[in-house]
Amino acid sequence: MTIKQLSVFLENKSGRLNEVLGILGQADIRIIAATVADTSEYGILRLITSDTAKAYEVLKANRVSAQQSDVVALTCNSTAAEFAEQMDYFTREGLSVEYMYCFSTGEKAFLILRTSDNAMVDAIARKYGLDIITEKELLSV
Amino acid sequence: MSRDEMSDLQGKRLHKLVELVYHNVPFYREKMQEAGLTPDDIREIGDIGKLPFTTKQDLRDNYPTGLQAAGQSEIVRIHASSGTTGNPTVVGYTRRDLEIWSESAARAFTAYGVTKNDIFSVGYGYGLFTGGLGAHYGVEYVGATVIPTSTGNTDKHLRLLRDLKVTGIACTPSYALYLAEAMEKNGMTRDDISLKIGAFGAEPWTENMRHEIESRLGLQAYNLYGLSEIIGPGVSYECECKNGSHISEDHFYPEIIDPDTLEPLPYGTVGELVFTTLTKTGMPLLRYRTRDLCSLTDGKCGCGRTNVRMTRIIGRCDDMLIIRGINVFPSQVESVILEMPEFEPVYLMVVDRIDCLDTLQVQVEVRRDYFSDELGEMLRLRRRLADKLKSVLSISADVKLMEPGSISRSEGKSVRVIDRRQLT
Ligand SMILES: [Zn+2]
Repeated sequence: MTIKQLSVFLENKSGRLNEVLGILGQADIRIIAATVADTSEYGILRLITSDTAKAYEVLKANRVSAQQSDVVALTCNSTAAEFAEQMDYFTREGLSVEYMYCFSTGEKAFLILRTSDNAMVDAIARKYGLDIITEKELLSV
Repeated sequence: MSRDEMSDLQGKRLHKLVELVYHNVPFYREKMQEAGLTPDDIREIGDIGKLPFTTKQDLRDNYPTGLQAAGQSEIVRIHASSGTTGNPTVVGYTRRDLEIWSESAARAFTAYGVTKNDIFSVGYGYGLFTGGLGAHYGVEYVGATVIPTSTGNTDKHLRLLRDLKVTGIACTPSYALYLAEAMEKNGMTRDDISLKIGAFGAEPWTENMRHEIESRLGLQAYNLYGLSEIIGPGVSYECECKNGSHISEDHFYPEIIDPDTLEPLPYGTVGELVFTTLTKTGMPLLRYRTRDLCSLTDGKCGCGRTNVRMTRIIGRCDDMLIIRGINVFPSQVESVILEMPEFEPVYLMVVDRIDCLDTLQVQVEVRRDYFSDELGEMLRLRRRLADKLKSVLSISADVKLMEPGSISRSEGKSVRVIDRRQLT
């Protein structure tokens, strides 16, 4: 079970992130989670939003380089021990995680994972009883 | 015309030219006297090597009209090229010069297949620059309809192209790509316009750029070469074979020389292109050094024309950058970028000297569709371009990936190199 993520190519110049967020704000897009991965020259902004398809269209219309991709969201308790345990299952099953970011609401933590094989995530979740959540559930957090 | 007949004609014209400048241009008379030459020493085209060269600096030094051979009352038009340093170059034309120019440009448009049934948009700048008016008179001479669109106002240009079903366009190749981009941005495709012939020049361009323009605008793209010091667009032009540009050598006699030793080089060898205006009377020039690098061939062309062809301009003597002792031409970088679909067809080279070492950065824009969510993928793309540049340039370049639209596009000639080296 996957959810849609939006990735945005950002040149490292001051104010660019604000511009992109401003465009999304104008379109009444809500941001559930965000992270920036960067090199010295450019960054990739990754977002989970209230309406990925719409966000993608408005960015495209404003000539911002964006892409949609499928990621998996898991929830667990926000303790380091539990994080470690979750990641350990993936390692044990030989599934490599390309990147991961998370946010928490008090006791609950939400992990957004990008892997090379989303079907395998489902299988691992079933095997170890992990709590994968749907896009709808995530949006109502 | 056979090669022998051509040489014969060129020789006769050269003799007349030398008489004209010897008696009317003190600069040339003095140079010839210094070399112990009189007009009678120049009898055939083979004697041209005895004559002095003319450089851009000579034009500046004789600003504004020192090299003019005709009296002011004979001059009917003046064009000038912008001087980024020093005096601009001012060129006066007699009525006869304008006729030669129109006819030379018309030969070009005829070679592209333009007829009186065509509607042509001239998107070169009109004014002091020779591009606009030169192409204008050439198209008009053929009898096609001319739209003097000039540069700027791209939206209106696109609208006219579409609504008037314009079949031909003359502009710089970079403006053609800019138009293609604007067209796509406005939601139009090549099927919405009727262009079939493009005449592109005023800046060096590559085979890859040709393919790019042809596929995005749906036309056949031909080279149109010229320079205002000689006359303007129409000095040479491609035919349907797109295999070098035929020079109107009955008017503009070409030579290739070694830019360092000034020795003439044989056909087939790359060097600096030099022109002598055989028939001009306003401001005729002997052996003008263009600073453009190319080679010549008199091999038979598939189109049947027998006049000499020049290859693409592979660079300018002045554009040539020496980076870490290696000769680097912007056109080399351009050909690599245009080969890779991941990048927009623009680039900027930034040359600097850090800790006594030359550095080269190449800025490119990653096309929207090729942007990857994964840093690793982007790094691989960057690496791929860096490797290709290294193999073509023989020096390594630092590649900087940018968002589409962040490198400035120009509507005229583009700035593709920034050299920040402070040489002391
Ligand atoms: Zn030909």
